[in-house]
Amino acid sequence: MRAMVYRGPYKIRVEEKPMPVIEHPNDAIVRVTLAAICGSDLHLYHGLMPDTRVGHTFGHEFIGVVEQVGSSVQNLQVGDRVMVPFNIFCGSCWYCARGLYSNCHNVNPNATAVGGIYGYSHTTGGYDGGQSQYVRVPFADVGPVKIPDWMHDEDAVLLTDAAATGYFGAQLGEIAEGDTVVVLGAGPVGLVAAQSAWLMGAGRVMVVDQLEERLAKARSMAHAETFNYTEYDDIVVEMKKQTDHLGADVVIEAVGAEADGSLLQHIAGTKLKLQGGSPIALNWAIDSVRKGGTIGVVGAYGPIPNAVKFGDALNKGLTLNMNQTPVKRQWPRMFEHVRNGYLTPRDMVTHRFPLEDISEAYHVFSAKLDGCIKPLILPSAA
Amino acid sequence: MPDDKDIPSAYVKDKRTPTESREELRARIPGWGVDLDPADRPSNHRLHYAPDTTGAHWDFPERQPEKWPREHSIEHAFVTPVFGTAQPPKGLSGVIRKFSYARYGEARLGHWLLLILADRVDAWEEHLRSFATTRPDNPITETGVKAEYTHGGLASRKGRVDARHHLLDPLVVAGPWVAAAGGAVLGVRKLVRAVRR
Repeated sequence: MRAMVYRGPYKIRVEEKPMPVIEHPNDAIVRVTLAAICGSDLHLYHGLMPDTRVGHTFGHEFIGVVEQVGSSVQNLQVGDRVMVPFNIFCGSCWYCARGLYSNCHNVNPNATAVGGIYGYSHTTGGYDGGQSQYVRVPFADVGPVKIPDWMHDEDAVLLTDAAATGYFGAQLGEIAEGDTVVVLGAGPVGLVAAQSAWLMGAGRVMVVDQLEERLAKARSMAHAETFNYTEYDDIVVEMKKQTDHLGADVVIEAVGAEADGSLLQHIAGTKLKLQGGSPIALNWAIDSVRKGGTIGVVGAYGPIPNAVKFGDALNKGLTLNMNQTPVKRQWPRMFEHVRNGYLTPRDMVTHRFPLEDISEAYHVFSAKLDGCIKPLILPSAA
Repeated sequence: MPDDKDIPSAYVKDKRTPTESREELRARIPGWGVDLDPADRPSNHRLHYAPDTTGAHWDFPERQPEKWPREHSIEHAFVTPVFGTAQPPKGLSGVIRKFSYARYGEARLGHWLLLILADRVDAWEEHLRSFATTRPDNPITETGVKAEYTHGGLASRKGRVDARHHLLDPLVVAGPWVAAAGGAVLGVRKLVRAVRR
């Protein structure tokens, strides 16, 4: 089969790889029909995530058709069209029993601090991912869901991570009616977080980024007020002015490890790897939220410590909520919102690349060329 | 002394800035307030005990066969019943990885730094190995730099602050290659001089 393969930082190519096989009775093999590159894939691509091995196939946002099932699989049949959450989870450990699917304890031998994720280094379990023609899907009775007939494939693939994470991020903010919500980052996750903030009753939604095309999308897709931080000497001061010197009631941090905004932090965190990524967005969140306010963090960081302004977080009496998204838990409610047109994930898609062009796709997305917000990968065109 | 109404909200007991009414927001924003009640939000209760809803039909999953002594965090009681089998450790990078997992827990910085070191060693091992194959690594095609021409590299970066550190990317990618080539040249020169003596 053809698959994207990591060759070292900033280098990937498409190779012929052996087909995945059933390794556990509850495995399925899925033929991928549509995949996406996630912003967090760029952390792997840039060599930020420890234990990213040469030969690894990335990709945790994908949908496909069940090609083969293991002997104990009951809920899926060959030929089913399925969407697969980015989390690999067993459904039976202490954490899964309580809905913490992203924190499953039975699928990642390499670390206890993070669950299993498709194609996301050995630090999340060493599973090859879905930017390929076929992928092994463990716990086929637990993770995948048949794609509803009415659902557009591009919405389905985005619901496997980016959209679900945006919706989850807004929930982490514990938004109350009339709250002023600031979303840091107008990427795929931030756009859906901004849309979701309204569903939860926000009175005002402001989105901060530096890329004009993304801010324009935040206005059109999420009806948000937008702020290009490069136009202000200090975006935190501007947020204070905008909120009558209170600060935002809620800040949703949808940026993560590769934040721009501080050249020093960026170089220390992402080029020199002295931190688990640049914490500038997290620090802006801490500084922009009002005292006693809440921050929802869905931006991804590595396991190496970051220079976070924890003293300010303490002194301001903040609540910081965070997690990797338990995707499947979001789906029933999100399906309603997508069907009703309240959440419109596929509006964010800007580029579609055949698998064979994935090196260019990564470069375009990484350098944010050509107004790229969300690139999809078409394995069938390989 | 400013008029009271000029004093910002933060200094008085209530927000002065009026928000739109529910009706105005509903008219303007599709779906405004449909998840207003926290009970409607799927992750409202972080811990929600519902083991019968996950699809699992086991108490503890059957164990996947272990084809090699699978490296695992020492914070785990054992190798988890299901795990990835992609890219088993090999070569010098594999030795470093196995040592890091066996020696250090996740709380130790050494664990993660050794894994990062192993990643770099792995890349070099694989680059060298690739030169003995019919498909050697090609930094031009593998970096996708062609997209600079096909997707407006210069125009796309106009006015962006991150363009500053994009200048560092070629250094990150090419720097080790240039350093290695320089080292090789110096080494060969030293060797030639030693032989001549």
